Amino acid sequence: MKRIEALFRTLKQRGEKALIPFITCGDPDLQTTRALALEMAARGADLLELGIPFSDPLADGPTIQAASNRALQHGVHLQEVLELAGKLRRDTDMPLVLMGYYNPILKHGLERTAREAAQLGVDGFIIPDLPLEESGPWRKAATAAGVASICLAAPTGGPQRIRKAGRLTRGFLYYVSVTGITGARTALPAELAAALKEVRSLVKCPLAVGFGISNQEQVRWLAPYVDGVVVGSAIVQRVARLKGKELLKEIGNFVAALKEPLKP
Amino acid sequence: MLPDRHGRYGQYGGRFVPETLMPALLELEAAYRKISRNREFRRELAWYLREYVGRPTPLYFARHLTEELGGPKIYLKREDLAHTGAHKINNTLGQGLLARRMGKARLIAETGAGQHGVATATVAALLGLECDIFMGTEDIRRQRLNVIRMRLLGARVIPVESGSRTLKDAMNEAIRDWVTHVRHTHYVIGSVAGPHPYPMIVRDFQSVIGKEAKAQLKVREGRRPQCLVACVGGGSNAMGLFYPFYHDPVRLVGVEAAGHGLSSGFHSATLVAGAPGVLHGSYSYLLQDVWGNILEAHSLAPGLDYPGVGPEHAFFKDSGRAEYVSVTDGEALEGFKLLSRTEGILPALESAHAVAYLKNLAPYYSPDDIFIVNLSGRGDKDVDAVAEALGLSGGAD
Repeated sequence: MKRIEALFRTLKQRGEKALIPFITCGDPDLQTTRALALEMAARGADLLELGIPFSDPLADGPTIQAASNRALQHGVHLQEVLELAGKLRRDTDMPLVLMGYYNPILKHGLERTAREAAQLGVDGFIIPDLPLEESGPWRKAATAAGVASICLAAPTGGPQRIRKAGRLTRGFLYYVSVTGITGARTALPAELAAALKEVRSLVKCPLAVGFGISNQEQVRWLAPYVDGVVVGSAIVQRVARLKGKELLKEIGNFVAALKEPLKP
Repeated sequence: MLPDRHGRYGQYGGRFVPETLMPALLELEAAYRKISRNREFRRELAWYLREYVGRPTPLYFARHLTEELGGPKIYLKREDLAHTGAHKINNTLGQGLLARRMGKARLIAETGAGQHGVATATVAALLGLECDIFMGTEDIRRQRLNVIRMRLLGARVIPVESGSRTLKDAMNEAIRDWVTHVRHTHYVIGSVAGPHPYPMIVRDFQSVIGKEAKAQLKVREGRRPQCLVACVGGGSNAMGLFYPFYHDPVRLVGVEAAGHGLSSGFHSATLVAGAPGVLHGSYSYLLQDVWGNILEAHSLAPGLDYPGVGPEHAFFKDSGRAEYVSVTDGEALEGFKLLSRTEGILPALESAHAVAYLKNLAPYYSPDDIFIVNLSGRGDKDVDAVAEALGLSGGAD
């Protein structure tokens, strides 16, 4: 968790914003995930979100659903994701955040998941089907182990919920850009900039925006309003399309391009 | 009274949904609590249930089935005679009227057997609401007739290709749609499953089954039944029958689908063979692997083909208030044949599970005892599947 706080502090001092790429862990296999993570770290990623594969990802669009299926076919589950995170921690200081649905974490055990994750160098968790009302037991376990439980806020929320999410979250607040599921979009809602301004006025913690952000132009547009930008499906689409050296090169270049407008 | 204010039935239930949906669930709960108490709404619902659905449905004494089983008197609650041919309309009508009062212009629903989809499309047509139904392509293949019915009623049937292409995947997709269109869309969940307040709302609207049965039996026999039997997929028809008898000394038996047999791994017996976890917004029993991924459910009855179950049933199971058992596809087919031949009633394959289990209970009861079996739907939709399973042809004998 300290790594996340330090990251946003350092970036703020430099007038820089965080690029937060997402990939599904084990898509198409663990070796590729590891290589991609290190390549992205080298090319401008500031914090990595690693998706935990799940059979029924109901907040995700077709791109991440398919990635999740590919990873499951290779037998990648929470245990393997934790192990890979541990390996990555030996190679990089980049904060690592796991994003996954509640049931696999519940099945593994809340305290056990939080403790093992902390020991392996995972910095936080984002659980998209765990709203504030249900997150008490998990937040307790995460806090005890020293991993951040990162809350989401959505456009449907209204000021009261957003303020509460800002108060309860650790690390940063993840604002969902669209009323919808994950997936690359060519157009983001025009009112997003105004919404982010409002969120900024309601919360004190670092603010990141995600869902649907797929290109450099969108990142450039959003950069002034936030502390970090999450790009997921647009990367996962490329992972699905390419292989080997070509994949690493393409993802590296894409990440570098996305980081460009976030630099001071 | 359960659920508590967190939507919990004991440890089960809750609201495990993306943050985007939380305000919609809170809005729905507030609207439901207000509207369901409104006298005008209750009158409106009662009027439609009587004039449109054809309620009360008969409580029919199945004399020949009783003789055949040689035990207690068997009464059938004839939900198969409700408009659209199943109990599902009790809930869709209630939710449709609720949605209209909430100013929602569009209804969406998931469907497995197609009965809930048809019931939702029917109410959408009746109330002049737009309607999209999510249905797995495997179910579309198995339930062609209901797909055509929904289209004739003016609904769009959206094929779902993900996962096992059955009910659970249709529900995932309906939730994804709802997340996206939550502002003007009401999601009509068809069972006592999903996030709070759905298990409560669906239970309340389906409770008309048990309330009627109780009153009808009182008139006929002047007393209470000894045992209630109903099939359980998500559990709405069972909860509808059971709930009004909750405080009575009546045995409650829910029959799940054992598919090819519990040991085969191809079944839908969530309460009998599953373990607690979170699926589709609530904490309840589930079919899941050791990593917490959801397993595919299997049943010849598409309406039971669901790896979850309503949280209140989970609570009933743990507290011992109800017991849950299972019958295989083969036994259900025997139940189907039994009711068809003895009473001239083709039951839905789902309801045939409840009928099939009677042979295990009947020997322990005397002819003075009374059972009520929920005949939750009619079997016309299953004729092709049954014919295939039994090797019947439509040609000349």
